[in-house]
Amino acid sequence: MKPFSRGLRAGIPIGVGYLSVSFTFGIMAVAYGFDWWQALLISMMTVTSAGQLAGIGIMVNPGQYLEMLISQLTINVRYSFMSVSLSQKVAPAFSGLKRWLLGFFMTDEIFAVASAEKEVDARFFLGLSIVPYVGWSLGTLLGGLIGNVLPEMIMNALCLAIYGMFLAIVAPVAKTSRAVLAVVAAAVGLHCLFYYAPLLRDIPSGITISICAIAAALLGALLFPVADEEEVAAE
Amino acid sequence: MKDFWIYLLILAGSTYLIRAIPFALLKKKITNRTIRSFLYYIPYSVLAAMTLPAALYATGSMIAAAAGLVVGGIFAVRGKGLTFVAVVSCVTVFAVECILTYLI
Repeated sequence: MKPFSRGLRAGIPIGVGYLSVSFTFGIMAVAYGFDWWQALLISMMTVTSAGQLAGIGIMVNPGQYLEMLISQLTINVRYSFMSVSLSQKVAPAFSGLKRWLLGFFMTDEIFAVASAEKEVDARFFLGLSIVPYVGWSLGTLLGGLIGNVLPEMIMNALCLAIYGMFLAIVAPVAKTSRAVLAVVAAAVGLHCLFYYAPLLRDIPSGITISICAIAAALLGALLFPVADEEEVAAE
Repeated sequence: MKDFWIYLLILAGSTYLIRAIPFALLKKKITNRTIRSFLYYIPYSVLAAMTLPAALYATGSMIAAAAGLVVGGIFAVRGKGLTFVAVVSCVTVFAVECILTYLI
């Protein structure tokens, strides 16, 4: 299969997951007092779940521009790490303007699927970005316009799509690599701590995910440094 | 209304730049072994931290979510594709929620 169509196909489960998540965002934004087109515009220009959610929470208050900037930088700092990580794996022809344009689509899920590639082709990355982007925008539009029309049980079930996808990315690698398994366990353990422990649980989730992910990956890097051959073999 | 456009500019601008700058400007291969290892582990740690425990609260019931994760996890370990695992997880959640709602 050609890189573009392969990417397009790989993006379908992400798009389905996004559709349900952004549907909820559309409903919430309208409940916060935004028009449907404002919710749509926010989704189409940012494509980030946690960032957008925190964003509309701040936007309802006038003039908190600095708060907006700080919250977005903390919540979204993980994208920088993803961009650095993926920049190491792109094909030689994937450079310059292509990176400036396609970098826009660096979401957690698109990054995760792209990083499972041996070498990331620009056409693959573009194909991969399309369905999630359309899903994210369309979901917001539908949520903003028609609200909760789907039966609740179907909405609930769709919410797990995105996590099922995460499992499919992590599990096969964690099965063959003990180091990855340890990193995964550390990340989950830390996040549970931040989720349930008093005081720690008051920290916004966009920040705690960054802290846990960085700490666990750092632990892995220090305890189980990856040799070049291993890295290739593990993929 | 003017506020909305300024906010949108900050929201979208900061999100775009934080993604694009490292991606576009980093052209050399990183040779430091610790940094390379860190970058190798980051996707797995991000996904793991995002999935648990949040996924347990993503659906209407924790039992259904856990069932969806377990069934999806079994197929994921066996190397099934992304779409397959995602669909199986959703169907499991739906089935378990139906059982919990109508049969129990």
